[in-house]
Amino acid sequence: MTSLLVIIVVVLLAVALWQLTKIFDLTQVGASSDDSQVASDNDNNIQGYIMFGFLAFIYIFTIYGLLKWGNLALHTPASEHGLLVDNLMNITWVLIFTVQVITQGLLYWFSFKNRGHKDRKALFFADSNKLEAIWSIIPSVVLACLILYGLYAWNNIMFVDKDEDVVEIELYAQQFKWTARYAGQDNVLGKANVRLIEGINTLGVDMSDPNAQDDIVVTELHIPKGKKVHFKMRSQDVLHSAYFPHFRAQMNCVPGMVTEFAFVPTYTTSEYRELPFMVEKVAHINKLRAEKSIDLVAKGGTALDPYTFDYLLLCNKICGASHYNMQMKVVVDTPEDYKKWLSEKTTLAQDIKAAAAAEKPAEGAAPTDTTAKVIDTVKTVVDTVKAAVAKVAMK
Amino acid sequence: MSAEAHDHDHGHDHEHEHHHKDTFITKYIFSIDHKMIAKQYLITGIIMGIIGIAMSLLFRMQLAWPEESFKIFNVLLGDKFAPDGVMANDIYLALVTIHGTIMVFFVLTAGLSGTFSNLLIPLQIGARDMASGFMNMISYWLFFLSAVIMLSSLFVEAGPASAGWTIYPPLSALPQAIPGSGAGMTLWLVSMAIFIASSLMGSLNYIVTVINLRTKGMSMTRLPLTIWTFFVTAIIGVISFPVLLSAALLLIFDRSFGTSFFLSDIYIAGEVLHYQGGSPVLFEHLFWFLGHPEVYIVILPAMGLVSEIMATNARKPIFGYRAMIMSVLAIAFLSTIVWGHHMFISGMNPFLGSVFTFTTLLIAIPSAVKAFNWITTLWKGNLQFNPAMLFSIGMVSTFITGGLTGIILGDSTLDINVHDTYFVIAHFHLVMGISALYGMFAGIYHWFPKMYGRMLNKNLGYIHFWITAVCAYGVFFPMHFIGLAGLPRRYYTNTNFPLFDDLQNVNVLITTFALVGGAFQLVFLYNFFSSIFYGKKATQNPWKSTTLEWTTPVEHIHGNWPGEIPHVYRWPYDYSNPNHDVDFVPQNVPMKEGEEVLHH
Repeated sequence: MTSLLVIIVVVLLAVALWQLTKIFDLTQVGASSDDSQVASDNDNNIQGYIMFGFLAFIYIFTIYGLLKWGNLALHTPASEHGLLVDNLMNITWVLIFTVQVITQGLLYWFSFKNRGHKDRKALFFADSNKLEAIWSIIPSVVLACLILYGLYAWNNIMFVDKDEDVVEIELYAQQFKWTARYAGQDNVLGKANVRLIEGINTLGVDMSDPNAQDDIVVTELHIPKGKKVHFKMRSQDVLHSAYFPHFRAQMNCVPGMVTEFAFVPTYTTSEYRELPFMVEKVAHINKLRAEKSIDLVAKGGTALDPYTFDYLLLCNKICGASHYNMQMKVVVDTPEDYKKWLSEKTTLAQDIKAAAAAEKPAEGAAPTDTTAKVIDTVKTVVDTVKAAVAKVAMK
Repeated sequence: MSAEAHDHDHGHDHEHEHHHKDTFITKYIFSIDHKMIAKQYLITGIIMGIIGIAMSLLFRMQLAWPEESFKIFNVLLGDKFAPDGVMANDIYLALVTIHGTIMVFFVLTAGLSGTFSNLLIPLQIGARDMASGFMNMISYWLFFLSAVIMLSSLFVEAGPASAGWTIYPPLSALPQAIPGSGAGMTLWLVSMAIFIASSLMGSLNYIVTVINLRTKGMSMTRLPLTIWTFFVTAIIGVISFPVLLSAALLLIFDRSFGTSFFLSDIYIAGEVLHYQGGSPVLFEHLFWFLGHPEVYIVILPAMGLVSEIMATNARKPIFGYRAMIMSVLAIAFLSTIVWGHHMFISGMNPFLGSVFTFTTLLIAIPSAVKAFNWITTLWKGNLQFNPAMLFSIGMVSTFITGGLTGIILGDSTLDINVHDTYFVIAHFHLVMGISALYGMFAGIYHWFPKMYGRMLNKNLGYIHFWITAVCAYGVFFPMHFIGLAGLPRRYYTNTNFPLFDDLQNVNVLITTFALVGGAFQLVFLYNFFSSIFYGKKATQNPWKSTTLEWTTPVEHIHGNWPGEIPHVYRWPYDYSNPNHDVDFVPQNVPMKEGEEVLHH
């Protein structure tokens, strides 16, 4: 591939150089100062036709692009407000394409039509208030409509009603991973500050805050379908941006402050996987991966795993060298599955207790790393079981 | 200033005779002649442009073939950053950062505005030189110094600044966060501080010169649109660049003296830092208070050049001269109150987002007026397709294509999902990158005879334009789709996301167009540098233009006009005026008896 490219470039350069020398020869003839480098009627004619050709190129390239790459764009939104966003997007696209086709058409058509000739004289047409009024007022009216629709949507999306029944989740960003904290039974997140980071309390949760006692910390995000999820975002080091492309949701995570975004997921992961466009997309990606695997295996590498779709949370603000690999899997469950999944998790308070307990014998007996790990694991398992029993008992 | 103007008017006729004593150093290096300074800006800008574009080709190759190794990476980036020809992830970010910085500031601000403001302001308004030739010289040399410092940062041990050209803290403030935020970032900030000083000196000079040194009869409504745009650009620069300087200074304080303007509650590399109470969002506000007007600082001069070239080559007055001035003023005013559209999802109050959506979309109105006025200028013209004209038409084309997607990005609701994706890259490269570059090329092709007394080869110009035009669309049109697929910008590779595997073929296509387009800029470079020495000698007014710069002799002299400065009797766009037999009437031709003004 690379060599092919190099060859193409070299050939093109050679053509250019050949042109160069030819032209250079031509310029050697004649007087030392003349108008030979000013466009002649012949030039105007040729360039005029190329102008027309270029218009065709733009149109064809646009149509080709829409057909060939149109399906790459994000499809069905997976959130309630996503429909609103996509609707506005589609309206805007219709407008953009209409204006683009008309203006580019006029620009290059006039260029072709009015290509210069020494017998022509241009029309002295300096201004027209009527025309200028038309193309000031029409864009104003159209834009006014777009602005109104946009602001309506924006206010709907961005302002979270405080009384609404929402699921509170904290998204915590750090170089180069995401962590999520669930508010637990009381649906109130405990206070937190990076100054409280210690041991496995990597989010700096204030454990003296009663609201923090039932908080749950996880590295895979699960959210329930059909319920409004209210994310509160923090960052511990640099700016990050929590980007959920499929949900049309994004908000920066800023050290020193809490930002927020809320949305209602409308498709569970498995439902979204079965949407026809997604089935097709995944099949296409897997075809590409299979082709690539053949190459890889031939070179002695391992084949790529087949791909199944998952919602993702990406980092979309440059945050350091590994910015390109800061992601978290997002799973949308049915409300029942979500409840079940959450109930299986231990709280941060329990985790901290378990870790402290694990450390104590380690200090006395100074066991090797492996034994410490085994003890750790056993403790965690025991704690998990205890927690589960306790939860069942509570119910 | 008026004393100086006085001195220029009367003193210069004798002065230029003495100037044969110019030494090499006073003529070519520490020159105070605006024409020489313009050429210095241009050549420096071209060199920076070569570096900036070469960097983009390197990271485009990385994006298209992330798993391949290229010997050229190793040769250019060294063993540390490209061992075995595989680009490291931190140098990728450094290349992206420096590419952006160089192209925006050093090529399209200083290279474009610096060149043509210096060349054309005195020549087109009928002045002997800039208001302060000495300050003009200092301005160039500070720019040169800042360019040298910026380039020297490439050789710092830990690598140059790599926090993106927007240098958002804390990433840019903490060397623990990314290696480039050490000495590389310090040099970046020092370089930019000097650059801003240079830019301010230039801008003040342009403003003062336009206000005070216009020749007799050159009222503000007889100024060519080039001068109007340079004038307004300089005003925007004076208003907004100091704000970036303050942001840079505060960032220097945070980095070196432990203040907390932009930093708070940070835990990094296993320890809590002492910063408390600052906000990165504050930096974003300060940065974009310059950053957004900056894109107009880049594009307005290009618009002016294009307006002028289009009228000349269409042999027709620019359509709606006054509307063009009004729209430039409207754009300039609005440009200072829209910066928040870069920050819709920065965590600022969403209400503020509503306000910025409103002001941002308003800019579309004066922009639409400009686009339609250009198109109407072509209608029933007698178009002379000189290379400068091709680039001007190309500029209108890319400005429309790129500008239209601004309606999406300027709308806070739609911005949520395309913010910081490749969609943004496609948008701004077309609307201000390629468009301004076309404007710059158009200006070079058009005023090369004025600068060097020789002509550029037109056939090479045609080749240059058409290949560039196809490649520019080839690169940036498909990029919209990658952005709509949700691919974030500044990703070193997207191989960690099988979700994006189907974008790889498009990336390869984009890079191929970029490499071909990049390679064909060599045609321009060859044409430019060989024509300086071997080009056809230019006639005094090769494009049959009406403006004053074409009334000066081909050979450069101090003071521009050998005798009296010409007086001006008419507006600059008397092309194909029905009262005259010739198709252009220069500004210094008196009105005929009973001749009516045919325009508003």
